[in-house]
Amino acid sequence: MGLTAQSTGINAFLEELKQSSVKADAVIALAGNPNTGKSTVFNGLTGLNQHTGNWPGKTVILAKGNYQHQRKNITLVDLPGTYSLLANSADEQVARDFICFGNPDAVVVVADATCLERNLNLSLQVMEITPRTILCVNLIDEARRKKMEIDLAKLEAILGIPVVPAVAREKVGLKQLKDVIDKVAFGKKWPQPKSMEYSETIEAALAEIQREVDHLLQGKFNSRWVALRLLDGDNSIITEIFHYLQRLEIKKQEYYQEKVKVVECCE
Amino acid sequence: MSSLEAEFNQIIDQAQAVRNRVGAVRDQIVSDIYHQAREITEKVVKTYNSRDPDRKIDDIVTSKIFGYPLMFALLSLVFWLTISGANVPSAFLADLLFGFQHQLTAVFQWAGSPDWLHGVLVLGLYRCLAWVVSVMLPPMAIFFPLFTFLEDLGYLPRVAFNLDKLFKKAGAHGKQILTMCMGFGCNAAGVIACRIIESPRERLIAVLTNNFVPCNGRFPTLITMAAVFMGTLVSGYNNFAASALVAGVVVLGVSVTLAVSWILSKTLLKGVPSTFTLELPPYRIPKIGSLLIRSILDRTLFVLMRAVVVAAPAGAVTWILANIQIGDLSIIGHLAGRFDGFGRLIGLDGFIILAFLLGLPANEIVTPILIMSYLTQGVLLELDSIGALRQILINNGWTWLTALNMLLFSLLHFPCATTLLTIRQETQSIKWTVLAALIPTVIGILVCFLVAQIVRTLGFQF
Repeated sequence: MGLTAQSTGINAFLEELKQSSVKADAVIALAGNPNTGKSTVFNGLTGLNQHTGNWPGKTVILAKGNYQHQRKNITLVDLPGTYSLLANSADEQVARDFICFGNPDAVVVVADATCLERNLNLSLQVMEITPRTILCVNLIDEARRKKMEIDLAKLEAILGIPVVPAVAREKVGLKQLKDVIDKVAFGKKWPQPKSMEYSETIEAALAEIQREVDHLLQGKFNSRWVALRLLDGDNSIITEIFHYLQRLEIKKQEYYQEKVKVVECCE
Repeated sequence: MSSLEAEFNQIIDQAQAVRNRVGAVRDQIVSDIYHQAREITEKVVKTYNSRDPDRKIDDIVTSKIFGYPLMFALLSLVFWLTISGANVPSAFLADLLFGFQHQLTAVFQWAGSPDWLHGVLVLGLYRCLAWVVSVMLPPMAIFFPLFTFLEDLGYLPRVAFNLDKLFKKAGAHGKQILTMCMGFGCNAAGVIACRIIESPRERLIAVLTNNFVPCNGRFPTLITMAAVFMGTLVSGYNNFAASALVAGVVVLGVSVTLAVSWILSKTLLKGVPSTFTLELPPYRIPKIGSLLIRSILDRTLFVLMRAVVVAAPAGAVTWILANIQIGDLSIIGHLAGRFDGFGRLIGLDGFIILAFLLGLPANEIVTPILIMSYLTQGVLLELDSIGALRQILINNGWTWLTALNMLLFSLLHFPCATTLLTIRQETQSIKWTVLAALIPTVIGILVCFLVAQIVRTLGFQF
């Protein structure tokens, strides 16, 4: 298997990210459905410190931005607005690839409070991939106007991840969001996301391959999620994971070779 | 590293085996996630106002019982408004434009210009233009604003929602309906709209079947034929029956789309449809001013200009073909004679087949070419009403079967040249372009043949 367009995509993007002028202490991904005010959150957090770039190999444009919080440089990556991470479209694939293989220190899912149900679909999928997920419930004021009451404490308890209410347009809740991002990204707080339960047929099928997948991944990935994708027959993610593991393997080998060289030198 | 690859392949095989046993899990996974999202939302969100009025409307508009009948009723209503509304301005425009033809003729006679020049420019070019403008402009000026109204109202996404299940069963993508809606305006635009479908397999299905939606260039033919057809079947001219018939043709087009999509996804383009989220936007009362400007300027005049640009030279060429005699027959007569046997076999005639072939540049000119070739065959009549048109057709041996098959073949034949070029561009493949022309033509010939044979066997006419 050679390098595919996708794998050059994520690699090239990460390389570019590393080369930015400010050294990032943490990289945060911003995900969310279209029309949820995700970009407003992004603008509210980063101000003018942002620029857009192309995802190499795909016609998907990503915005990156920086902000300082408690003397730390935080880089924010604004992922394309998507309804799911099932990779039906280039947008969804880019969002998924970044969350999976970009090793973000946290993922903020921006949700529209007025249609929480649809937005939770995405949050649940992000939580499946990474525990370091934060849910930002935006447009709280609009929900109130529509006479909807959202029990955020209960939502937080059910999901097991931090939930931050916001009205991004008026910069309400952004300070708190920064605080929560800081806690999750630097390991001061470890969310314990609720794990998705599937219907019996799928759970049974999962059980059949789970052990082998566990063995293969050795904790480098959420093996339950990978097993699900394998069952789904999603080839793009399968090759992507394969490349990722290959890269890790190569890095490991290079590391050992370095060591051997060092040892040889000393002798 | 190779051990990693081996282990990986082993697991993929294992997963494949499980999948073969359990079946496709994608839909189950999606529905499980949705189910949980709903459960959580119900626990967390309390709404105080009874319910969103939009939701109430949606419950009716997308319901299992009312959804389809409502769609058909709205479609019929749009066509009824178009057909009955277009009659008066069409007649007025025809009077005006064909009246001007006499003055043009007078000018040519005064200048002493040769007969052939007058023939090519006035009887060919001008008359074809006059026909296209007077017949096409009024229906378009009514149809497009109505269609844009439904679009701005937010009804079209509901149509997509209603039909999504059917398309999924046919192995196609739900968004295909939206590309078909574009196809009502222009199939070339519909083919370009297929870009919204991400999966290449489903995009190809949508591209190949877009032509089964009658485009604006074919609507005048459909509407005219429906009027002629209903006129001979039901005594007197019946707008309501004619519009129901056009709506029926559209339904037939959608059915054929589904059938062909299903066959393609089982044969040439195998695969499982991908899931997508369709957002139902809130209903909005459209702004009438901007709606009119957009639909008249962007759509009506745009399509009309395109038709005019093609119709003018086509009219001239047709006149030349019809007036150069070889032996005792015009070129068009010779050509039509070639196709006549085949044409009659499928319930049409040689002139109709020839008109479709000559109409390849644009569907708008099929009917004008046909009328013109009939007219130059000796029977000369003023074309100022559906009644006169019916008389011309009957004089040329038409029956209601001819009109019906003309209607069917107009729906089911090769796309126009513009659409074919667009398909070539979008698919980057000659093979798919050829297929896009072959599939509808073969279906059209088969359907017309069957209808003709059945009608003749049952002995209704002939």
